[in-house]
Amino acid sequence: MTRRKTQPGALFSGEELLHAYRTMRTIRVFETRIGQEFEKGTIPGFTHLYSAQEAIATAVCMNLLDTDYIGSTHRGHGHSIAKGCDVKGMVAELMGKATGLCKGKGGSMHVADLSKGMLGANGIVGGSAPLCVGAGLSAKTRGTRGVAVSFIGDGGSNEGVVFESMNLAVVLKLPVLFMYENNGYGEATGVSYAVGSGDIAGRAGAFGMPAEKVDGTDFFAVYEAVQRAVARGREGEGPSAIEAMTTRFGGHFVGDPQLYRVKGEIEKQRREMDCIPFFVNRVLKEKSVTRKALQDIDAEVESLIEESVEEALAAPYPGPEELYTDVYKTY
Amino acid sequence: MPNKTIREVIHDTVRDEMRRDPNVILMGEDVAGGAGCSGEDDAFGGAFGFYKGLVGEFGRGRIIDTPISEAAYIGAAAGAAMTGLRPIADLQFFDFLGVCFDQIYNQMAKFRYMFGGKSDTPLVILSLVGAGLRCGAQHSQSLHPQVTAIPGLKVVMPENAYDTKGLLLTAIRDDDPVIFLLHKLQFENACEVPDEEYLIPFGEASFPREGTDVTIVAFSAMVQKAVAVADRLREEGISVEVIDPRTTSPLDEEAILESVEMTGRIVIVDEAWERCSVAADIASIVARKAFAALQAPIITVTAPHTPAPFSPVLEDLYIPSEDDIERAVREVVAYRR
Repeated sequence: MTRRKTQPGALFSGEELLHAYRTMRTIRVFETRIGQEFEKGTIPGFTHLYSAQEAIATAVCMNLLDTDYIGSTHRGHGHSIAKGCDVKGMVAELMGKATGLCKGKGGSMHVADLSKGMLGANGIVGGSAPLCVGAGLSAKTRGTRGVAVSFIGDGGSNEGVVFESMNLAVVLKLPVLFMYENNGYGEATGVSYAVGSGDIAGRAGAFGMPAEKVDGTDFFAVYEAVQRAVARGREGEGPSAIEAMTTRFGGHFVGDPQLYRVKGEIEKQRREMDCIPFFVNRVLKEKSVTRKALQDIDAEVESLIEESVEEALAAPYPGPEELYTDVYKTY
Repeated sequence: MPNKTIREVIHDTVRDEMRRDPNVILMGEDVAGGAGCSGEDDAFGGAFGFYKGLVGEFGRGRIIDTPISEAAYIGAAAGAAMTGLRPIADLQFFDFLGVCFDQIYNQMAKFRYMFGGKSDTPLVILSLVGAGLRCGAQHSQSLHPQVTAIPGLKVVMPENAYDTKGLLLTAIRDDDPVIFLLHKLQFENACEVPDEEYLIPFGEASFPREGTDVTIVAFSAMVQKAVAVADRLREEGISVEVIDPRTTSPLDEEAILESVEMTGRIVIVDEAWERCSVAADIASIVARKAFAALQAPIITVTAPHTPAPFSPVLEDLYIPSEDDIERAVREVVAYRR
C-alpha cells in the first residue's frame, strides 16, 4: 500500500486529470451542500455522505464505459456522480421531487440510472454484490466485454451474500470487480473489531481471485489497480478484488454525533487523508494542469450545485397518482 | 393432441423459449449436474429432472450450474435481468426462500418502483411447494402467501400441464419478476397439451367445474381435490363451482366475487397455513365486497398452524384432504341463519 511514484502526466492527458478533478470536486461540493440541506430540513429521510472517499469512485469510474455496470451502497452519491448520473436529477431525487432521477420514488439510498450502467444505490448493506455478479454474467453471456463493479464497504464485507457472490463470480469466471472501500467504520463499529482477520483483501483473495490493497486517498494508485482488474475482466480472466483504505469525514449518517470517534480525529484526517488536496498538489507540482484550470472547475462546480439545489427546491413533488405507478409493467 | 406431464411441459417450454430468445438462460443448483465430477455430465438435469438434456443443446454458458448459494444466484438472476438477460432461476424447494428472500423482496420486487419505472426485471423463479413427499418441515412448506404479500412480484401456481405451458410462456416473456410455483406431488400429472404456442394471461381464473350452490376457490394441488369433491356432491344434487385463480398475484377477484354473488357460499382451500394467508385474504375480500350475497360464514380449509410433520401418519393429517373439503362444503350448504 505504498504511494506509487508514477508520473501522472505520463499516464493521463491534462483533460483526463481535469475530468478527475471535476468529478472529485463535484462529489465533495455536492455532499457538503447536501449535508447542509439535510440539516435545514429540505431533504427527508436518511442521508449518508461520501466525503473523503471521492478518489475511489472517480478512479473506478474513469476506467469504465456507459456499457459497464456499477452497483452501489447506501453511501452512493459519489458513485452515482462518478458514473455520470445527472447531478440535477440527483439533488431533486434526494428531495423527493418529481424531477428526480427516479421521479422522487427512490431517494438517497436508491438513486439509479440504468442508461449509465448505474444499477442503483442500495439500502441493503452488501446488496450490490450478487446484482453485480448477475450484471457480469449478463455482459459475459451477451459478449459485450463489459465489466461490473460492486462497491462494498468494510461493513458490507462481512455479509454472507458477499462471500457467496465472490465464490459464484470465481466459479463462473465473471467480469466482476469487488471494490471494497474500507473507511474504518461500519456504522458505529470499527473495522478492527468487526472484520475478523482485519484483512478484507486477504479474505477476498482466499476465494481464488487477485486481490490487492491500495491507498484510497491516492487517485492514481486506485486508478492503476482498477485498470488491472478491469482489463482482467474484459479479457475473460474472471473477477478481482480491491480494498481501498480510506476514511469518512462525516458520521454514518448526517446528524450522527460520532461519539465513537476520539476528539480531533476528523480534523487530523482532513489534514492527512484528504484525497483532493493530495491530487491537486501532485498535478500542480508535476505541472500537468494549471491552477487556473482547477479554479475554473471550482467555480463551475459551485454554480452547478447551487443551480441544482435551487431548481430542485422549486420543482414540484410527484402527484398523488405516482403512488400507484411503476409497481409492475403490467398487472 | 399429445398428452404431456407437467415435467415434460417445463422441459419443452424452457427449451422452446431458449431457442426463440438467446437472452433466456437457466441457472440454479444442478440444472445440469455433473460439473466438476468425473462421472456423467447432465447427471441431474435439475433436482427433479425437468431440464434433462438441455445442457447438451445449449451448453453450460446458458444452462448454468451454480454452487449451493441461493442468495448469490437468485440475486445474480436479478442483476442479469436488469441488464438484458431473461433468466429462469430454478430454486429446488421454495422452502429455500429463507436464504434468498432479501434478493426477492428487497431487490428485484422493488427495482421498477424505486428507480421511477426505468428498470425491467424479467426473470422467473421456478420452484416447488407442498407437502406429501415425506420430507419434513423444511422441504414441504407452501410459502406462496409470503411472496403474494409483496408488491412488485407476480405469483403463479398452475395445477395442470395445459396451464403450466401457457402460464410459463407468459412468465418468461413478462418484464416483471415472476415466482412460478409447482406442487411437488403433481409434476407427473398429464393432460392434453397443444404443440402450438399459447399464452395464458395472469390474473385470469379458470373454472374446472361450474356450479350454482357453493363456490370453492382452490389452489395448486388442492384443485384436483376440490374437483373430486364437486363431482361426488353433484350426484347428491349439490352443485359446486370450483375456481382455480391460477395466479395469487395478480388475483382474479372478479371471478371469485361474481361466483359468490351467485352461490352465496364459499369455501377456500389452500395448503398454506391460514394465518395471514391467501385463503384469509380471499375470505377478507369476499366479506368486504360480497357481504350482502353471503348466506353462510366463509370457511377456509388449510394446513393447521404447525410445521409439516415427517411421520406419514401425521403428514396425511396435515395436508387438507378431500374429506376436509367435503365437510366444509356440507357445512356451508347446511347453514341456516
